[in-house]
Amino acid sequence: MTTNILEMQGITKTFPGVKALSNVTLGVARGEVHAICGENGAGKSTLMKVLSGVYPHGTYEGDIVFENETVEFKDLTDSEAKGIVIIHQELALSPYLSIAENIFLNNEQKSRSGLIDWNKTNHEASKLLARVGLRENPTTKILDIGVGKQQLVEIAKALSKRVKLLILDEPTAALNDEDSDHLLNLILHLKEQGITSIIISHKLNEIKKVADSVTVIRDGKTIETIAKADVTEDRIIKDMVGRDLEHRYPDHTPHIGEELLRVEDWTAHHPQDTTRVMVDKVNLNVRAGEIVGIAGLMGAGRTEFAMSLFGHSYGSKISGSVFLRGKEIKTRSVAEAIDHGIAYATEDRKTYGLNLIEDIKRNISMASLKKLEKYGLVHDNEEYKVANEYRHSMNIKAPNVLVKTGKLSGGNQQKVVLSKWIYSDPQVLILDEPTRGIDVGAKYEIYSIINRLAAEGKGIIVISSELPELLGICDRVYALSEGRITGELPVAEATPEAMLKLMTMEKPR
Amino acid sequence: MSNPNPTETTESHAVGGTINPVENKFTERLSHILADLGKNGIFIALIAVVVLFSFLTNGILLRPQNISNLVVQNGYILVLAIGMVMVIIAGHIDLSVGSVAAFVGACSGVFAVHWGMPWWIAVILSLAIGAAVGVWQGFWIAFVGIPAFIVTLAGMLIFRGLALVVLGNANIGSFPAEYRGIGNGFLTDLLGEFEIDPLTLGIGAIAIIALVVQQVRTRLGRQKYGQEVEPLIWFITKLVLVGAGISFFVYSLASYKGIPVTLIILAVLVLVYGVVMNRSVFGRHIYAIGGNRHAAELSGIKTRRVDFWLFVNMGVLAALAGLIFTARLNLAGPKAGDGFELEAISAAFIGGAAVQGGVGTIGGAIIGGLIIGVLNNGMSIMGIGIEWQQAVKGLVLLLAVAFDVYNKRRSGGR
Repeated sequence: MTTNILEMQGITKTFPGVKALSNVTLGVARGEVHAICGENGAGKSTLMKVLSGVYPHGTYEGDIVFENETVEFKDLTDSEAKGIVIIHQELALSPYLSIAENIFLNNEQKSRSGLIDWNKTNHEASKLLARVGLRENPTTKILDIGVGKQQLVEIAKALSKRVKLLILDEPTAALNDEDSDHLLNLILHLKEQGITSIIISHKLNEIKKVADSVTVIRDGKTIETIAKADVTEDRIIKDMVGRDLEHRYPDHTPHIGEELLRVEDWTAHHPQDTTRVMVDKVNLNVRAGEIVGIAGLMGAGRTEFAMSLFGHSYGSKISGSVFLRGKEIKTRSVAEAIDHGIAYATEDRKTYGLNLIEDIKRNISMASLKKLEKYGLVHDNEEYKVANEYRHSMNIKAPNVLVKTGKLSGGNQQKVVLSKWIYSDPQVLILDEPTRGIDVGAKYEIYSIINRLAAEGKGIIVISSELPELLGICDRVYALSEGRITGELPVAEATPEAMLKLMTMEKPR
Repeated sequence: MSNPNPTETTESHAVGGTINPVENKFTERLSHILADLGKNGIFIALIAVVVLFSFLTNGILLRPQNISNLVVQNGYILVLAIGMVMVIIAGHIDLSVGSVAAFVGACSGVFAVHWGMPWWIAVILSLAIGAAVGVWQGFWIAFVGIPAFIVTLAGMLIFRGLALVVLGNANIGSFPAEYRGIGNGFLTDLLGEFEIDPLTLGIGAIAIIALVVQQVRTRLGRQKYGQEVEPLIWFITKLVLVGAGISFFVYSLASYKGIPVTLIILAVLVLVYGVVMNRSVFGRHIYAIGGNRHAAELSGIKTRRVDFWLFVNMGVLAALAGLIFTARLNLAGPKAGDGFELEAISAAFIGGAAVQGGVGTIGGAIIGGLIIGVLNNGMSIMGIGIEWQQAVKGLVLLLAVAFDVYNKRRSGGR
């Protein structure tokens, strides 16, 4: 008991009509890295909001004991004063302010006159940046550094508050492998300095790497806490979904037909800096019934390629040719691309994929309203029927199709996005990170949908930063690096080692 | 990623098997009615305002003549509110409508009075000028990408200035009678003279029958497609209440001068634009753009084109409002249209439109406009000065939006 820095006992949190947490217990030992796993909606974030005072004392039942002292936080400032700092998945940085200004936001370094002491601010900031291993000038603006570095700034900010317990909510969700590694090493490094961390994550391999113990939460209840020695991926998955997942990827027997889409010498430049080549003479093809993967590190140009192809939605000075069933087509606008039977499901469904304030029905019909048009009017009963069919066939978990998509979990939102594109009746679907931010159970469902689409004879292009996923579901994989295709392997020959070698292959200079 | 707001959890529970299977019919009906009332809060607010001012004015508010006045006095604001709510749903704003109305009114004066054109040519030309103004503003907003706030702020100055230029520092008055009819004409005495105009009553009866038929057909259609519909009793109750409201309104008009021409224009606009916003692809695209412009673009919606036509449409409606106003006063003056944009914007927001776009209805904007109208009219009857009227209207706008924000937060929306 006394070695634990944090004890949460019997935490129950009820929202009107729903028990989000019921009698949850969490013990975190001093100086450890403690992972919390659970499906979306399991209650992980709610638990962390209770801990950090976002839900103030009195709105939940149960006790929080921090450093052997029962605490009753009224708000975030309260918990931060005690040394508990939470870093959310969506970073809370102001893009137009400098790194140093962000670090000391609401904690400004003042001189005796009461005005901000800029020399001190920047000096202290650079000391903190050194601690997190970020080599950047503290006066650099946040918008000029990448997401990986922004995450480090958040941690530096936490350190400036003399953090004792650092909570990271899916810190690597938006990072590439290199940045993720750096971040995980930093967490281990901070552990040596005596800082305890709680890390919420979907990625089981990184949990195995850094965590000393793992607590699994399902349906608002603690399932178990597993010590490092006993942690296996299978056990965590079983705890999370409440059943065994024998295979993480559904079986898939390809029936590959004729060539559907061929792209030749596709080139796109940066939208502002038109001299920068982002996509460099890409050649690829996909056949009917085939699932083709595009693997590449962050910044390799995967999304840039897909979006420039899909109605020139990205980039400038785009050139190259596209052939559909051997006939050249143009895709100068999104409408044109859709008319030719190409669909693109974005990697960022909240920003680019869904109208979150609108219901499931209207999101599904958004790209195909023409199909529902009768005498110039949208046939709304038909629309309802169609949406309902997709709700059943895609297993979208919602009581009806009039639920706003903003209220769905990530997995269900993704199913709505997929429904929208399937309803547009495409021949080729480009799926950009189709399982990002989705829990294990829903991932399996998405893979099954992808298989089903391939079995119907559609050509599928999957873009993913998770190599195991690509190797698990694809028939053939392309590697992309610095905007160029550096290799193409049938999945049987695509070992992770071989792929990584291709994905990191640099341009001859 | 997890952000389990309460509704999310509800929904995942609801799938695993209904947790509350023993919901009896009565509570189900009640919850339906309550949800309906919540959705139609603005309608209830209008009734409350009407009841309040009926008392405060000792019933003058509901006298036939005053009811007729209410429509005629607010017609142009309501016309503007229709266009404005569409612009707001798409995530824009239009500050120029008052100036555009003044400019077009002035032009119509030149056409109809100075140049002596037939009234209907003057009207068509004026509407075309409104469309041209919309093309101008739409071009900058949609194709150059300048925020609507800036473009229409500039437009507010530009067209006010042009109005003064056209007027040449003088008022234009004595319009032809047909022209004046747009603003203060009545459809009456076509069947001869009666104490209570039978034509008005007839049109009212047809309107009620059409409403009932349309509602029943919608309900049957939904049932056919297996959608949930409201309890029958509540459905009938609502129809009866609305029918009674219309009957009272029509009876009042019939016992005064009959149906104002402005009301006919308005009714047509509300019908047409209601269908456009609810059922047409164009309307759907407007909502999609307001809800998430990027997602709309990546769904193949031509967002620039929609933006452009929205402002052309707004220009035409602003011109129409200018015509109605000019016709009503029988005068095109330099101060015409002053502050119209603010009343139209208020109407849209009181009617439930969201500042971020994506939310709003034509019906809501009309009711919002009527609330402002009743406030104006009621306070005038009570002899409250213009200064206090302004302050009260400002307060009502603030409270209406605050109530909306509070409601959304409580229901767990973002």
